[in-house]
Amino acid sequence: MTPLATATAATAPAATAPGFLSPTGVEIAFLLVGAVTLGAAVITVTTRQLVHAALWLVVALGGLAVEYLLLTAEFIAWVQVLIYVGSVVVLLLFGLMLTRAPIGRSPDADSGNRPVALAVAAAAAAALLWVVVDAFRTTWIDLGGPAQGSTRVSGEILFRHWVLPFEALSVLLLAALVGAIVLSRRNGDGDGDGDDAKDLKRQGPHRTAPGKDR
Amino acid sequence: MTTTTLAVLVPLLPFLAAAGGLLLGRTAPGFVRPLAVVPTLATLGLTVLVAVRQGGGAAIDAATRLTPTGSVPIDLALHLDGFAVLTAVLVALVACCVQIYSTAYLRDDPRYPSYAALVSLFTSAMLLVVYSGDLMVLLVGWEVMGICSYFLVGHYWETPEARAASLKAFLVTKLGDVPFLIGLFALAADAGTFRITGVLDAVAQGRLDHPTVVALLLLAGVAGKSAQFPLHTWLPDAMAGPTPVSALIHAATMVAAGVYVVARLLPVFAASAAALTVLAVLAAITMVGSGIAALAQDDIKRVLAYSTIGQLGYMTGALAVGDRGAALFHLLAHGAFKALLFLGAGVVIHAAGTNSLAAMSRMRGLNRRIPDAYWTMTIALLALAALPPFAGFFSKEAVLVAAEHTALGEPSAAGGQIPVGAGWIVLVSGLLTALLTAAYATRLWLLAFRGDGAEAADLHPALRPGRAEEAPARQPLAMTAVLWVLAVPSLAFGLAAPFLPDWFDGHRLTPTLTTAVLSTGVALVGALVTYATWRHTTALAARTPLGAVAAHPEAEPAVSEAEAIASHTPAYGDIAAAPDPADPGRLLLGPLHRPAAAGFHLDAVYSALFVRPVRAAASLVAFLDREVVESYVRGAGAGSRLLGWTVRRAQTGNVQTYLSVLLAGSTVLAVAAVVLAHVNAGS
Amino acid sequence: MHLAYPAVLAVLLFCTGLYGVLARRNAILVLMSVELMLNAVNLNLVAFDVWLRDTLHAGQALTLFTIAIAAAEIGIGLAIVLMVHRNRDTSDVDRLRDTAEPRPRLSAALGPTDPGADASGSGADDPEADDSDADDPDSDSSDPGRAAGEKAEATA
Repeated sequence: MTPLATATAATAPAATAPGFLSPTGVEIAFLLVGAVTLGAAVITVTTRQLVHAALWLVVALGGLAVEYLLLTAEFIAWVQVLIYVGSVVVLLLFGLMLTRAPIGRSPDADSGNRPVALAVAAAAAAALLWVVVDAFRTTWIDLGGPAQGSTRVSGEILFRHWVLPFEALSVLLLAALVGAIVLSRRNGDGDGDGDDAKDLKRQGPHRTAPGKDR
Repeated sequence: MTTTTLAVLVPLLPFLAAAGGLLLGRTAPGFVRPLAVVPTLATLGLTVLVAVRQGGGAAIDAATRLTPTGSVPIDLALHLDGFAVLTAVLVALVACCVQIYSTAYLRDDPRYPSYAALVSLFTSAMLLVVYSGDLMVLLVGWEVMGICSYFLVGHYWETPEARAASLKAFLVTKLGDVPFLIGLFALAADAGTFRITGVLDAVAQGRLDHPTVVALLLLAGVAGKSAQFPLHTWLPDAMAGPTPVSALIHAATMVAAGVYVVARLLPVFAASAAALTVLAVLAAITMVGSGIAALAQDDIKRVLAYSTIGQLGYMTGALAVGDRGAALFHLLAHGAFKALLFLGAGVVIHAAGTNSLAAMSRMRGLNRRIPDAYWTMTIALLALAALPPFAGFFSKEAVLVAAEHTALGEPSAAGGQIPVGAGWIVLVSGLLTALLTAAYATRLWLLAFRGDGAEAADLHPALRPGRAEEAPARQPLAMTAVLWVLAVPSLAFGLAAPFLPDWFDGHRLTPTLTTAVLSTGVALVGALVTYATWRHTTALAARTPLGAVAAHPEAEPAVSEAEAIASHTPAYGDIAAAPDPADPGRLLLGPLHRPAAAGFHLDAVYSALFVRPVRAAASLVAFLDREVVESYVRGAGAGSRLLGWTVRRAQTGNVQTYLSVLLAGSTVLAVAAVVLAHVNAGS
Repeated sequence: MHLAYPAVLAVLLFCTGLYGVLARRNAILVLMSVELMLNAVNLNLVAFDVWLRDTLHAGQALTLFTIAIAAAEIGIGLAIVLMVHRNRDTSDVDRLRDTAEPRPRLSAALGPTDPGADASGSGADDPEADDSDADDPDSDSSDPGRAAGEKAEATA
């Protein structure tokens, strides 16, 4: 927990009817980071430079990790940094390179479906915003009390209550690993013919390993 | 074996022969002839045996019920009385003769196996009708005969005449069969049974509620089957079939079935004076009309066909005056001599190479060429003209005597009140028909055997190059022998008249002086007038040469006949008449000749009354179907196709499009759900 | 802290990802957008978990699982994209249109019969379908019409 978070958590119960116009420090931090995150996300989906999109994605995912921290979910924040920023984005960058994505501005990064996509997204956003704001206008999160997302707490609940799903998940990851290998093989009998392109491609599935050994 | 067992075998044997013939016809052609002839001969023996055992005594009834059939039971029943056993003998005899005759007549026909099998099947069906004691079983035989007739008349299906004739025969008889079936149902509903004995008991006890309706409905079927006015028109056209078929079906047996059924059910008819009067009027119209028409026909077989209609008119006339003994007597005698006439006509057609009397009258020496046919046909024609002492004289006398009795108001044999008017109608028309019968019989004999001109076709030097001196080949023995077999009853069946009442209803069938003198007198007048006219007109024959002769003396006779039938219309412009000034019938009939030759244009009347309205309705229906119904069908198809086209355009293959639509749809659904929830919460 | 803040942020992130999925052309960019959507969901899960003070911390556990599944998904997804790129020499999703109907003609749709209209699109270039899929056993080589379409698409 950051000092800022604890401070706001201590003062929160005092404000019985906290209004939107008098935000606490945590809220201000959350809003600022949220704005950066949203901006990075928007740039990710609109930029014409493919590699830049991946890099802006790092910003967005990192911003989200900070948000987790602000929400006292500490362990998840570090997992987010580790997996998303550390491996997923690297994987995506590998993918971009292996598909020979153009470096620099590519004029056709958006398909002809763009207006439709904009309309659908706007409509969905409007509908969801309306519902969410309508429902949670006055709901208050009490961030005080015992830590909810520390590594200790997470480990306890994970291995006390969620062991079976956790193990099932490991089987799923194994299946994904095998599937990725099978998909990437050049031939059914491809046993190491020393092809460079093939070896490069094989790195894709191998890179899923970090997800497993989290 | 008991008499019942023998009687069961009688229809069964030809049926098995038919089944065997149809099965083996292709694989074992050698068996076809024995399979056709031997069972029929055995059947003849069996029928004779049954007749002897029955001996005219009390009727033998036997029945077995295979399965319950609802409210009115249907039994496999036999009813053997004097009528049945004697009619069965006639049917079997004629069938035998026809089968033997056909082996020669159709000896090279590729369709002979099916032909012989169908004749056997037909014989079986007729015997079933004769022996059956249950109306439903009788109806089965009745309908099987109809379909066999259709196939056999259409035997020369290559010719359009035969095709048209077979269809016509089938449709017209079916037209009568529908009311017949309804009549049977009505009768069974009234009587509570299909058994003939039960029905007759019901009539005797007066349990029949609607005798007139039932009788008139049955009469329609009888008129169709027995070729009575107004449903007789199929019979002359049915002459497009092979001659043995004409002899078997359209002279001796099938047409007799109608008369036989009325004789069986005569008490039903006798219970209704109206039905008897209608029967008498129909018989009178049929007799006289067919007599006139026969005098105008050119085709020798059509003459005989009209004569058959006339003789059947005598039988129905006898039934109309309530004397079924006389009717059956005439049926038996007529069956014999008419079969003989048809079979003889087949020989004549083969020898002359034509079926046209006009062409035959220009041939010399046909009587010397085929002496068997000449003599036997002479006997048969004398029997037809009812001159004593031939069979036709006695049987026709029996009819006229019965009519005279009724006309003079004497109590009838059937027991009911026979209208006196019916007696007079039958008597007068019968005498008139006797005159006409003698006239057309004489005309037939004179034109066919007293011709003058060139040699008969197969003696003609031009047709037999290099073999003019050779004696012409005789007709096959199988064909001539049966003529003599049939000539015996034609000649001598009349002698049975004193004994027949023991087999029939019991009242006498011997001639009386008045009617004998009257009918013989008018017959002689008719014959003599025709002879005189012929003497007058025959001189004209040399001036108008005529003839379309298709002679194939070495080929099977059926070939000549088929060609003759096919060439008659092209050669003479009409299937029935020929423009022959030497025809005595033309002079005798005067202005009546043209309508008589065309069967009084009854076909044209039918065409105007039924065929054209039906065709108009059919074309209307076709128009509606094509323009109205089909447009709906097309519209449905085009609509679906247009929809399919529209939907296909949506299948762009682009995943993002699909996904956009999917998400837009779920957004709309979500919004709708939220709005609904709000509205419901607010209300 | 107001629950509305993380919720609204999650909504906006989700719709941004939605827009990216629908509008982006490159398959890898589409995958990135999918990641954005998943993260929006994760944010929601964490926020609600914290708000509800769940004793089992189901929200956080589920977030961890989602992260793991997202990692697996990105691996498989990238493998597929790579394979498509290897076969087609492209990774643009709007050029992968093998399941598209051949462009139907309205006259054919309205005409009395069009027996050959369906066969003309996919069956015309069957002969060159033989060598197209020899090197990848996972594609639908059992469907010759589709394979032909793929080949035609790749050479276009």
